[in-house]
Amino acid sequence: MRPRPGARWLGPGAATVLALAALAVPLVADTSTVNVGVFTLMYVGLATAWNVMGGYTGYISLGHAGFFGIGAYTLGLFVNHLGVPGGYGPFLAVPIAGLVTAALAVPVGWIALRTRAATFVIVTIAFMFMLQILATNLRGLTGGSQGLGFPTPQDWSPDFVDVPFYYAMLALAAVGIAASWWIRHSKLGLGLLAIRDDEDRALSLGVPTWAFKMTAFVVSAALVGMIGGVYGYYVTYVYPQFVVDPLVGLSMVLMAFLGGTGTIAGPVLGALLLEPTQLELAYFAGSARLYLVLYAAVFLAVILFLPRGVIPSIAERLEARRSAA
Amino acid sequence: MSLLEVSDLSKRFGGVVAVDGCSLAVAPGSITGLIGPNGSGKTTLFDLVTGFLQPDAGEVRFESRPITGLPPDQVHRRGIGRTFQLARVFPRLTVLENVLVPVRRAGLLGLLSGATTRGEVRRGHEMLEFLGLTHLADQPAGRLSYGQRKLLELGTVMMSRPRLVLLDEPAGGVNPGLLESIAARIRDLNAAGTTFLIVEHDMGFVMGLCGTVLVLDRGRTIAGGTPAEVRADPAVLDAYLGA
Amino acid sequence: MDLVLEAAVLGVLTGGVYALMASGLTLIFGVMRIINVGQGALVVLGAYLSFALFRTWHIDPFLGLVVTMPVMFLLGVALEAVFIRPLRTDREALSVLVTYALALGIEGLLGLVFTTNFQQLSVWYRTASFPVGGLRIADVYVYGFLLCVAILGALALLLYRTTFGAAIRATMLNRTAAQLIGIDVERVSALAFGIGMATAAAGGVVFGITTAFNPGSHYDLISRLLTIIVLGGLGSLRGAIVAGLLMLVVEDVTSVLVTPTWATFTFFVVLVLVLLTRPQGLYGLRARAGT
Repeated sequence: MRPRPGARWLGPGAATVLALAALAVPLVADTSTVNVGVFTLMYVGLATAWNVMGGYTGYISLGHAGFFGIGAYTLGLFVNHLGVPGGYGPFLAVPIAGLVTAALAVPVGWIALRTRAATFVIVTIAFMFMLQILATNLRGLTGGSQGLGFPTPQDWSPDFVDVPFYYAMLALAAVGIAASWWIRHSKLGLGLLAIRDDEDRALSLGVPTWAFKMTAFVVSAALVGMIGGVYGYYVTYVYPQFVVDPLVGLSMVLMAFLGGTGTIAGPVLGALLLEPTQLELAYFAGSARLYLVLYAAVFLAVILFLPRGVIPSIAERLEARRSAA
Repeated sequence: MSLLEVSDLSKRFGGVVAVDGCSLAVAPGSITGLIGPNGSGKTTLFDLVTGFLQPDAGEVRFESRPITGLPPDQVHRRGIGRTFQLARVFPRLTVLENVLVPVRRAGLLGLLSGATTRGEVRRGHEMLEFLGLTHLADQPAGRLSYGQRKLLELGTVMMSRPRLVLLDEPAGGVNPGLLESIAARIRDLNAAGTTFLIVEHDMGFVMGLCGTVLVLDRGRTIAGGTPAEVRADPAVLDAYLGA
Repeated sequence: MDLVLEAAVLGVLTGGVYALMASGLTLIFGVMRIINVGQGALVVLGAYLSFALFRTWHIDPFLGLVVTMPVMFLLGVALEAVFIRPLRTDREALSVLVTYALALGIEGLLGLVFTTNFQQLSVWYRTASFPVGGLRIADVYVYGFLLCVAILGALALLLYRTTFGAAIRATMLNRTAAQLIGIDVERVSALAFGIGMATAAAGGVVFGITTAFNPGSHYDLISRLLTIIVLGGLGSLRGAIVAGLLMLVVEDVTSVLVTPTWATFTFFVVLVLVLLTRPQGLYGLRARAGT
């Protein structure tokens, strides 16, 4: 398949350079930069994962924070039950968080996908709030509003402690990008994009739309769950708030839109642009309320001025200049 | 042995009976036309056969097996393709990607058969060549002209090698120059083994292309035969000029 | 048994409030095909506006509606023009994001102006109640319910007895066809959004009197409102009313019969059950493949 206009300038060369740069960061940068790196890579992964469902199929899920929380709680519960001490151990359990999240995504998707796209959004939001209630009320399991604690790595120096998390997030982001790439270039990916453009017509061409949508939904959820697990471990405590955190759930959507949904580089770019901005805003704003206002302003500006996303808009402009030449 | 057999099919929407005990048969290897005044239920019939609507009564058999009530994707995988009244393509996908969308085999095997396998892509290029759209392969389909979209739509449907294709007004909105080109391609595909059932209002197009013509009025079949026979049938004239 | 009856009655009364708030939401969806995820925040905004009038000039919130409803209406028209109308591509998806962002922005602004402390519209008659049968029913719930009935009635009259209402219904049924017969759908959309806001203002008053609120209250609110309109069927006013009443009665009765902790959960359980059996909601139109 020939590369599409948007992908042409982020070809294998550029991607390799980026990958090498990303690998090198903890070796040369200071702790606060690595910390920014952890969050940025987290969102690269989240935006990419979200895009597999929301970007490719056009079914906007605003409840992905739920899967984020499920992953965090799962990892925490698993690690605590088995008595895994802090350190590298918990990282090995991350795939389990992914599997559990995937399993739980099946019934959620089952119900959510019975409806058309507009209701789908609402159902995902409802699911998120249901989860929050469950997380708060099932005190025996989740610790209720007290939260769930993770074991802390005892023998890692404060200078070092961010580094394993950085690489864990990098690994998950890489897995997400690889999955996104593979899907995009497969029959499944074509089917998903066809669903986005014209679901009925896709059906009439033999595309098993329900099965394809479920697959995208479950894959997307699993990835988000794993990232949530690592994040929970990073911040050492999980609360019911995790499950409905609007800034997590909304940011991953915004980043995908900013960069360009339906592309692979789009969510990555969106995250790279927006997460450092978000962190800066949080620092600058001080109070949570001012942060909300500024965040909302940025959000609205992005959507109103760049509705197609950065990459498709730039790609279009390049195309126009090329054909005019 | 008919390829497609519709028996006593009925569908009503509230008080309106769109299809009223309709029965018809399509012979394999034929190019059959389906005509009738506006509102006679032609597109509804297509929707019923292809699974977009559930019939209230009646049966549809394809290759002697019942397909009544199957969902559209299964109907397609059984071997029936269809186009729509207003040409539909996937605007954000490239022209090449458009023809690679159809799914012949569902299930894990179908999923894992990547669209990038050389075989699939080669077939896709061959189809584009057949349609005369090779030079547009990497363009988003949304940029195509209406006539080009019709061609692309037809080509896409053909990719999964359906035995029967339902064409809903293939000549509608197409400039006369392109009409003969579309008719020629239908004849080529028919010669290669595909049966066509064509709904059309353009009488010249239908009579020139179809070996058999069926006439629908108010949801039921009122006549059928060669174009000459149908043209002379008083019941047909009545349906078009009366009411 | 008395407790259950009281809970049921309370459910009906508060259900009316939610029905009012949900009516704006379902109307906006019906006309514009967008989900206003910010409706909860707008209700809270309405509550705060009434609160400001009440705190500064001691204007009774119900009377203050004379001011707050038109103000919110105009605000709604303005918001629609600035934030919704420019959306051309991907309208349904982007409008969700835009309204969510608006909700967050409103939450932040309200927090800056009013702080995040919980407030309540403490009218002097808040604790007054009168006996009906063997039960005591708080005055405010009754006034609130009457207000809801009045406004919903007015809305129904507007929709079914005026030409403008016919224009709205036409746009809801088939936007293109409405345009073809000369209806200015853009204007209808703007006005529908404004009406949605006005109902939010009214809902905000009753909400603010009966519940303690702060800027963050919109989350809980919107999750319930969205659930109600899905249950009732997107775009159906009748559905919003029936669903609102039903949901609140179920919730309040569960709260008494089982436990308050899980009462809100029943909300979503009902939603799930309905989606499994009737995805289009109680009064929604079936939208399956093809048609």
